[in-house]
Amino acid sequence: MESTYIKAINSALHEEMRRDENVFVMGEDVAELGGAFKATEGLLEAFGEERVIDTPISEALIVGAGIGAAVLGMRPVVEMQFADFISCAFDQIVNMAATLRYRHGGKASCPLVIRAPSGAGVHGALFHSQNPEAWFTRVPGLKVVAPATAYDAKGILKSAIRDGNPIVYFEHKRLYRSIKEDLPEGDFTVPIGVAELRKEGADLSVITYGGTLGQCIDAARIVEKEDGLSVEVLDLRTLLPLDRDAILATARKTGKVLIVHEDRLTGGIGGEVSAIITENAFEYLDGPVRRVAALDAHVAFSPPLEEFILPNTNKIVDAIRSLAAY
Amino acid sequence: MPEPTAVRGSAELAPKLEHELQLYYWMKLIRAFEERVSRLHRQNKILGGVYSGAGQEAIVTGICAPLEPGDFVAPIHRDMGVFIMRGVEPGRLMAQLMGKETGLSRGKDSFLHGGDLEHLVFGSTSMLGSSLPVAVGAALKFRMKKEKNVAVAFFGEGAASRGDVHEAMNFAGVHKLAVLFVCENNRYAYSTPLEKQMAIENVADRAPAYGFKGYVCSGNDLLAVLELSERVIARVRGGEGPALIECKTYRYRGHSEHDAALYRDKEELIEWQSRDPIPRFEYYLEKKGHDIKRIREQVDERTRDEVQQAVDFAESSPLPEPQEALEDIYAPSGAPTSGNPSTNGAR
Ligand SMILES: Cc1ncc(C[n+]2csc(CCOP(=O)(O)OP(=O)(O)O)c2C)c(N)n1
Repeated sequence: MESTYIKAINSALHEEMRRDENVFVMGEDVAELGGAFKATEGLLEAFGEERVIDTPISEALIVGAGIGAAVLGMRPVVEMQFADFISCAFDQIVNMAATLRYRHGGKASCPLVIRAPSGAGVHGALFHSQNPEAWFTRVPGLKVVAPATAYDAKGILKSAIRDGNPIVYFEHKRLYRSIKEDLPEGDFTVPIGVAELRKEGADLSVITYGGTLGQCIDAARIVEKEDGLSVEVLDLRTLLPLDRDAILATARKTGKVLIVHEDRLTGGIGGEVSAIITENAFEYLDGPVRRVAALDAHVAFSPPLEEFILPNTNKIVDAIRSLAAY
Repeated sequence: MPEPTAVRGSAELAPKLEHELQLYYWMKLIRAFEERVSRLHRQNKILGGVYSGAGQEAIVTGICAPLEPGDFVAPIHRDMGVFIMRGVEPGRLMAQLMGKETGLSRGKDSFLHGGDLEHLVFGSTSMLGSSLPVAVGAALKFRMKKEKNVAVAFFGEGAASRGDVHEAMNFAGVHKLAVLFVCENNRYAYSTPLEKQMAIENVADRAPAYGFKGYVCSGNDLLAVLELSERVIARVRGGEGPALIECKTYRYRGHSEHDAALYRDKEELIEWQSRDPIPRFEYYLEKKGHDIKRIREQVDERTRDEVQQAVDFAESSPLPEPQEALEDIYAPSGAPTSGNPSTNGAR
C-alpha cells in the first residue's frame, strides 16, 4: 500500500493503539484537529477522548505526565507540536525520564515516546526549523531515533512504542509529504539501534540520517554518473545508541567517510561518528573524515540565508569529490 | 534602497491622544495592515507562517496608547499593532515578513520575532510565554535605576498554561515590580478551546495568588480597554506593583493562514464579529457628533496609502546576501551593548 511518511506515522499509531490498550496519545491539538501536521488524524474517532488527549500548552506537563503514566505501565506517545518546543520540556526529558531507571535501582522503566517534528527547508525560520537531536544524544538512558523513509517511520515508531525506554523520535517535516513508498500490509517493525545500508559502494562512504538521506542518495548517483565513483550510503536511523559496527564496517570497507546531517556542524552527531572512526579504524582511512552539516548559525528565514546555511545535494557532491581526490 | 514609509513616531502618539480620532486611526491602520498581510500570504508573497490579529485591535491600541516612550513592551504573535503603535515604520514590518534586508531582523527571522529595541519593542521567540520572564527583567532594571517606567508583556490564554508565565508572575509579585501582564483571551489556542486549557473562567483570577490584582474587560471595546489600562498603568508606574489585565476577545481568522479553523462554530464567529471593535467605536464617535462617514473615508484612504507604501517599500527592498546568514550571531567582543537603550526613554 502506498504511503507517505506522515501517513506511515499515522498508521503506526492506529495499529499500536489497537494492539495495546495501554498506548495513548497526548499533546497540543492532537485530538479534534488531528495534530498540526495530521499525524494523529482519526485517532480521536477510533479511540475516544480518554486515549487521545488534547493538552494545554504545557510541554513540561506533557512529558512529565507521560512519564508518570509510563512508570505505572502505560505506553504514552506524546507530541511536541514542533521539535523546537522540546526545549520547554528539556528538564523532564533529560533529568526525569532519562535517569529514572538508574535511580530506581533498575526496578522501574519509562516506556515513553516523544514525537518531535523537526527540520528545516520549509521556511519555518528560527523556531520552526530546528534539529535539536544532538542535545539529547549525550544523555544515557534515552534513545534517539530519526527515520528517513516511510517504512522506517512506521517500523521504528512501532518499535519505540514497544520499547521499555524513553525515546525521542525525530520526524522530519520536509519528508512528511515529499516521499511515498509501498509499505507492506500488516504488522512490521524496524529495530532501534541498527543502521541500514541504503546503497552499496566501494570508493567512499556517506553516513547520514533523517532529512538528508535523500540528498545523499541523489549526490551519490550524480558522482557515480559523472565521476564514475562508487559511493556507499549508510543511514544511521538511530542516533543513540549508535550502530558502531555498521559505522566501522563501512569505514573499513571504503577508507573514506563523509558524514552528512542537517543539524549544525559544531557539536552535531557527526563529530561523534568521526571520533568513533578515527579511534577504531584509523589504519583503514585514506583521507580525513569529513562532514557536511548546517553552518553554525540559527536557521534563518529569508530564502538566500536559509539555503546558504543548510546542506544540499550540491554541497554533498562537492564534498564527495574533494574527499575522493585523496 | 528605498526610504521607509513616513514615520509617525511617539511624538504624534502624544500621551493624551488628540484623541479619539487618533485611536480610531490606529485600529484602522492595524486592521488594514493585517488584512493586507493575509492577502499577501495567499498570493505567496510571504513565506512561512503569519498569525492575524484581526478582531483584537482594540486591545493593542487600548493598552499601548497610555504608554510612554521609555516603557518596555513584549508583544506576541498577533500583536503587529504594538510595533505600529510604538512607532516602528510599517515598511520595515512588511519587509520583515518578506524576509528582506530592510526588515527588523534583516531577513533572519519572519513575522514578529524581530524586535526593535530602539522603540523598546522586544522580539519574542516562538516559545509561548517565554517573554514574560524577560519583561520582569526589564522591570527589575527600571527598579534598580529608579526609572518610572513600566514593562508590558502580552500573552495568550493558551500561553498562560506555561510554567514560564507562572514563574514570571510569581517573581514580579514578590518584588512588586512595575510589570503589566496583558492576557489576550481569544478563546482558542490553535484548535484547543478554553475549557480544555483551564478549569477556571478567567486567567485574571490567578493574579491574587501571586499577590497582585487581576482585571477582566471586553477586549472588543476600545474604551473599556483604555479606561482600564490608563488607570492600571498609572498605578503600576506609581510603584504599586504588577497587575494583570485580561481582555476577552476572539480571533477572526484561523490560528495561522494555513488553518481553516473548522473546529469552531460558524455562529460563534458571526456572533463575535457583530461585536467588532471598529464599528463599535465608530458608533461611539458618531454619538459624540463626529461625521463618521467622512472620517471613515479619510482614514481608509490614508491607511490604504500607508499600507501600500509599506508593501512597495518591502517589495522593492533587496533580499539579504547569503553570507549575511553568518552575521549577527555574536556581538563583537568588548563592544558596548549597542542597540540596547541604556537610559530611560532612549529616544
Ligand atoms: C511552547 C510552545 N508550544 C507550542 C507552540 C505552538 N503554538 C503556537 S501558537 C499556539 C496557540 C497559542 O494560543 P494562545 O496563547 O491562546 O494565543 P493565540 O494564538 O490564541 O493568540 C500554539 C500551540 C508554541 N509556539 N510554543
